[in-house]
Amino acid sequence: MVTLKINDQEVKVAKGTTVLDAAKKLGIVIPTLCNHPDLCVAGNCRVCVVEQTGARTLVAACAMPVAEGMDIHTNTLKVRNARKHIVELLLSEHRADCTKCYKNQKCELQTLANEYSFGEHIFLDLVEDHDYLIDRSSPAFIKDDSKCIRCQRCVRTCAQLQHVSAIAVANKGSRMKISSFHDRPMSHVVCTNCGQCVNRCPTGALTEKTYIDHVWDAIYDPDMHVVVQTAPAVRVALGEDLGYDPGERVTGKMVTALRQLGFDSVLDTDFTADLTIIEEGTELLTRLKKVLVENDHSMALPMFTSCSPGWIKFIEHKYPHMLANLSTCKSPQQMFGALAKTFYAQKRNLDPAKVVSVSIMPCTAKKYEADRPEMRSSGYKDIDYVLTTRELAVMIKQAGIDFRTIEPSHYDSIMGVSTGAGVIFGATGGVMEAALRTAYEIVTGKPVPFKNLNIMPVRGMEGVKEATIKIEGTTEEWRFLEGAELKVAIAHGLVNANKIAKAVSTGKASYHFIEIMACPGGCLGGGGQPIPTNAAVRQKRMEAIYAEDMHMDIRKSHENPEIKAIYEEFLEKPNGHKSHELLHTHYIERESY
Amino acid sequence: MVKDLADKYGRTRESLMPILQDIVKKHNYLTDEAMVEVATELDISAAEVYGTASFYTFLDTEERGKNVIRVCKTITCSMKGKIDIISTLEEILKIKVGETTPDKMFTLLETNCIGWCHKAPAMLINDMPYTDLTPESVIDIIKGYMRK
Repeated sequence: MVTLKINDQEVKVAKGTTVLDAAKKLGIVIPTLCNHPDLCVAGNCRVCVVEQTGARTLVAACAMPVAEGMDIHTNTLKVRNARKHIVELLLSEHRADCTKCYKNQKCELQTLANEYSFGEHIFLDLVEDHDYLIDRSSPAFIKDDSKCIRCQRCVRTCAQLQHVSAIAVANKGSRMKISSFHDRPMSHVVCTNCGQCVNRCPTGALTEKTYIDHVWDAIYDPDMHVVVQTAPAVRVALGEDLGYDPGERVTGKMVTALRQLGFDSVLDTDFTADLTIIEEGTELLTRLKKVLVENDHSMALPMFTSCSPGWIKFIEHKYPHMLANLSTCKSPQQMFGALAKTFYAQKRNLDPAKVVSVSIMPCTAKKYEADRPEMRSSGYKDIDYVLTTRELAVMIKQAGIDFRTIEPSHYDSIMGVSTGAGVIFGATGGVMEAALRTAYEIVTGKPVPFKNLNIMPVRGMEGVKEATIKIEGTTEEWRFLEGAELKVAIAHGLVNANKIAKAVSTGKASYHFIEIMACPGGCLGGGGQPIPTNAAVRQKRMEAIYAEDMHMDIRKSHENPEIKAIYEEFLEKPNGHKSHELLHTHYIERESY
Repeated sequence: MVKDLADKYGRTRESLMPILQDIVKKHNYLTDEAMVEVATELDISAAEVYGTASFYTFLDTEERGKNVIRVCKTITCSMKGKIDIISTLEEILKIKVGETTPDKMFTLLETNCIGWCHKAPAMLINDMPYTDLTPESVIDIIKGYMRK
């Protein structure tokens, strides 16, 4: 332990702690911009400078490790003046059109400007001298260099968490910028649209592309029937943007709010998550049978899950030779979209051309996924608009709904009934657990041999998880799997996904089934989730997801009555002709940059 | 070629610079294809390769002619007639600063100080410095390159 003094208060912290964290322990706030708990120390922005007695210059609290006897002052005149100058220098190169900015009131630079810079600016405004680029090419997000303060949170996110590095620091001096490969449009580079950078950008330089106004237009159009689906991870995070602490489950209130916003039908992505389990589980068992019994290697093992559009784009760019290993199942969002304008429209006697399908997602990549040309199997654009959790919170505020006082209510039917298995899709390991709950039961006729159906080995925040499930007591049809050990792996965050993909690619892994989610923690840590998202917040949301699962009456996808009904009435059988037409897709080889 | 360079210098991050320098030595600039190839060999992203290259003025990422002329733009050379040198070059090559001749023989650029202040104005053509320049000497030098 190291003892030091901050603002004359003594504090004991472990060796290696930064001055910033030591101050936090005392409840002393030191402002930061480039610092983020998920990312390595950068020391780029200098906003966190403090005075160290005996040191020649001010030191950056985020990067300075504590030392025995250190004497730190965080609020001297020298510190205040330095911070003011730093903030003003950042502002001199920042297009501060705050009232027009999507991040107005949610911008960390604006907050600092509020504290440190008022009245006339002391430095020249250099914004007009720069030829800043605004890149709107991606359907998921906008990159506006005129608002970038070059803190490099995005660069570190893309490299450290996602192993993508679609953006890097380019040029130098006053021309230094955050750039894609040779300034190519973000839609034409390796970017997966995961939005982790968007979630971490302190200013309006990286923001989701919002479709809020499009959705309002649809809602107010009397000719249109607007259906909305909500992803599993939204219900455990939406509250954070509406005054609740992380980890609060607001499912029922969210449903009521959506109804009050004017959606004609409030439905659940969890329903198609259950459907995904049936389709993907059947696909896995078919692949196992083909490869292990019939020796037919036209189908590839291991099979990767395909729910995460960021992961899909990642593998398309980085491991295009392994596309056959991806499940052909569409994601729950897109299955829902394909069914909304076919099955749902038929059942409700609606003209599919007059159905507008909106989804609320914890994800920015879902906006991109909805735009993929393959995603039109209903004959229309299967999903018209994708909003993030954050955008939904904005709409709820715009509508003047008092989220705290509204009564919870239930999803509409049809396509609104779901199970605990659908809910846990929102957490890393959840798709695996849901799939095992169903597949094991199909094969053995018995529930998975875990207490309360909780398959603990696949849960948790470990970057790469592995588990082996021994299959025993198979039914006649699945006798070939008797005694077999099903080897599964789970990765979240593309940096971990890359580890598994590399192991599979080089033949160093012998898994059968692999779940990948592009974002840290899975969808609950998605790029479209409330800001801030960090390890502590992700942990709370994960606990909420599993609590939600325990709270559900039905916790296995194949027991969902609406799932049984849709096969009887419409889809006929899993992986059948109609399923392939509507619920399955194909992938595209992409360039490596 | 990139593969050979990676074999020669290794595939760690530190080998990025020597590989890029060798490519530029041979081809005068880094094509997008070359940068992507380097990224693949070193298992890093193409944006990182571009980021590194774009930091260094002499690792060009835009098309360059066979002979790259860099006229010193800093104070001493400016005071000793850099403007006349530039306009002479623009006239004889029929291009502006930043451009390449249509036959891809010459690219005209400016550079920061190259350390020849005592013999200003100065310029580099590829790796060769030319000093104490006058409009007349510049014409002779360029004609020499045109004959090559």
